[in-house]
Amino acid sequence: MSDPNASSIRPGMGEPGTTRTSHEHHELGFIRKYIFSVDHKVIGIQFMLLGLVFFVLGGLFAMAIRYQLAWPWESMPVIGDLLFPNTGQAITPEFYTMLFTMHGTIMIFFVIIPLLTGAFGNFLIPLMIGAPDMAFPKLNMFGFWAMIPAVGCVVMSFLQPGGGPGSGWTAYPPLSTIASASPGSLSAQTWWLLALTWVGFSSMMGAVNYVTTIVKMRAPGLTMFRMPLTIWALLIAALLQLFALPVLTAASMMQISDRVFQSGFFTPTNLVINQINPEGAGAAAGGQPLLWQHLFWFYSHPAVYIMVVPAMGLASDILSVHARKPVFGYKPMVYSLCSIAGLGFIVWGHHMFASGMNPALGMTFMVATMMIALPSAIKVFNWLGTLWGSRIQLTTPMLFTLGFIAMFIIGGLSGIWMAATPVDIYIHDTYIIVAHFHYIVFGGSVFALFGAIYHWYPKMFGRVMNETLGKIHFVGTFIFTNGVFYMMHQLGMAGLMRRTADPYDYESYAHLQPLNVFITISAFCLFVWQIFFVWNFFHSMFWGKRVGRNPWNAASLEWEAPSPPGHGNFDSALRVYRGPYEYADPSVEEDFLAQTRDIESK
Amino acid sequence: MTTTMTSYDPAVDAPKHHHPVYDYDSGPPVDRGKFAIWVFLGTEIMFFTGMIGTYIVLRAGSPEWPNPAHRLAVGITAFNTFVLICSSATVVAGLFAVQKDDMAALRKWWGLSILLGAGFVGIQAYEYVHLIDHGMTPNQDLFWSTFYLMTALHGLHVIIGVLWLAVAYVKILRGEYSSKNWVGLELAGLYWHFVDLVWVLLFTLIYLM
Repeated sequence: MSDPNASSIRPGMGEPGTTRTSHEHHELGFIRKYIFSVDHKVIGIQFMLLGLVFFVLGGLFAMAIRYQLAWPWESMPVIGDLLFPNTGQAITPEFYTMLFTMHGTIMIFFVIIPLLTGAFGNFLIPLMIGAPDMAFPKLNMFGFWAMIPAVGCVVMSFLQPGGGPGSGWTAYPPLSTIASASPGSLSAQTWWLLALTWVGFSSMMGAVNYVTTIVKMRAPGLTMFRMPLTIWALLIAALLQLFALPVLTAASMMQISDRVFQSGFFTPTNLVINQINPEGAGAAAGGQPLLWQHLFWFYSHPAVYIMVVPAMGLASDILSVHARKPVFGYKPMVYSLCSIAGLGFIVWGHHMFASGMNPALGMTFMVATMMIALPSAIKVFNWLGTLWGSRIQLTTPMLFTLGFIAMFIIGGLSGIWMAATPVDIYIHDTYIIVAHFHYIVFGGSVFALFGAIYHWYPKMFGRVMNETLGKIHFVGTFIFTNGVFYMMHQLGMAGLMRRTADPYDYESYAHLQPLNVFITISAFCLFVWQIFFVWNFFHSMFWGKRVGRNPWNAASLEWEAPSPPGHGNFDSALRVYRGPYEYADPSVEEDFLAQTRDIESK
Repeated sequence: MTTTMTSYDPAVDAPKHHHPVYDYDSGPPVDRGKFAIWVFLGTEIMFFTGMIGTYIVLRAGSPEWPNPAHRLAVGITAFNTFVLICSSATVVAGLFAVQKDDMAALRKWWGLSILLGAGFVGIQAYEYVHLIDHGMTPNQDLFWSTFYLMTALHGLHVIIGVLWLAVAYVKILRGEYSSKNWVGLELAGLYWHFVDLVWVLLFTLIYLM
């Protein structure tokens, strides 16, 4: 737009230039206000609570995995009797397979994506662009409620014979499509696919809404290049969801068809699994198992960026506020987000180097993957540039953000290295891969999420979380996270394969058990340590220190609204004069210059 | 100066009651709904790209592929394709009518579109019943696997489209649209044209090639 202030006040559907003055402040009942709410803030908090509940479940699955890897086949205290009455309280191999399948599925589809795009996307987008709500509040509500059938399908999948899906979160056929392949490939797998389809509906509805809201509902003066990086990141993540997710939905439909109607999309000719030939049993064949991998990773590689791009945005905002300095290189930050997302669409083959592909094609994927290091490095350097010479306030959100940057560097560097085809063929499916993506998803996304929760909590509930407990939470989480995931690099270099219930069956891995015991103890400590967060989160909701609109002295728009914001968010008309990161500006007395403050016409 | 957390000051921080709701319009000068439907159609394009891409890969990777004319009643489906294209034309006629505030014509064209859309679903259902009666089920071979999934998922889109047109029809009867406000009809129309366009591609690939 040529004139940055050309954006007009929108009066419903009529002519621009007038304010839509609805004074409706009628009180809604409890159910309309907090359950079937169309308010983006309530929906955001609903997504957050859903995500945190599933975080506990996914975490418990991880603990069970770690128990088995440290002390394989030993009877499990307390819950052993309940879950494994027939095997002397020890995990069964099928149960272990289910554990890592559902740990991955839940953490990705029910925790990280709902927390980043569902919770913070919903809560922050209208507030940070000065809008009263999302463009389509009802669609937004449906987006949340589409998660409920997804949750139902997950619950159903646990109740099926075979005890839950067991073909990994990647669901490679023929393991996932042929019922005789494993107990997890009985009806549980179909419910798993349905759950994914519902999550897909939810994400799609959310993403359409986010893109429309960000493009169409910005306050006057808020040009695209005056938007906070969080909004840029959420916009780009929404575009990734829009154009990658439908391919997974299509592929899920094919797998459901293969399973329910015995079609042959992913069933090769002359396949025999456990003495059963699917063709002989009446199924079509002639399909290509490798096709699923392509379709799956065409979505799931961009999904990796859906999980980290919003985290990068949140981290940039938190960093700038608590370092009291503008983000270094704002436009390069935007362009690097765009190029990470663009490149993210053409690198999916690096998950499949070991599946057999033309070396020339493998080379293409390798080079494209390594190119992602460039925009990622720009981001890291700009974060460090933001910190350079700043006045770092070591608040809890800042600590978590610094942790995010540190661990993103570790996870990012190992990513470049393992993108090289020869390296990957050696370390494929070893614990190096597990270490790498946990550094990105836990060390990266989850740390940024914790930082964001501490940072925006006052806006959500009008109270701050306890700083001392927050710092205790950070220190323990940081130490134990590295205790868990750094050591996995060692396991991987020793060749330890992932997804193996009892690796010590192989003599060459037997010496790795002590290291696994160390990792498991770190993991238990990491899990238990989150009690500081849970207590702080719920206690502060009612008894935290009451704060005003702008507790952090931040410059972006969301801090203009009351804490918590009421219906319609803002109680005065907004006009934006500058970008969101004007800290330490010499022209004003305070060390921050709010986006809405008019210093020229005084 | 260090940053200290400001404490709650009711004079500044309390929400002001009885304020108007401020709503802004930015970006390209198009209606929000129209913007959103184009974004949504983008995801739909990717969905059918996934399906059609799979079809091409599986067909190219098969040693032999049956001649569709030997397996499917191409003539009936060609007629059905014509029905669907006609329904797109009647939707456009309805949109012309609403811009001239000709509500009788709008009701006529919109009602006809719904009938044509439902007719398409009916003929497709007849085709399915006939094929399944003759043992042509998705588990026979790859041709039938791809045929059923692609046409069924498209059919689901047609059913959703017919329902959408029907909801719009109820709103027409209630007098909610006029030459000043017809964007809701246009949104249904855009979706409907998209579904038709996809069918032209699927018909060409599955029935004719």
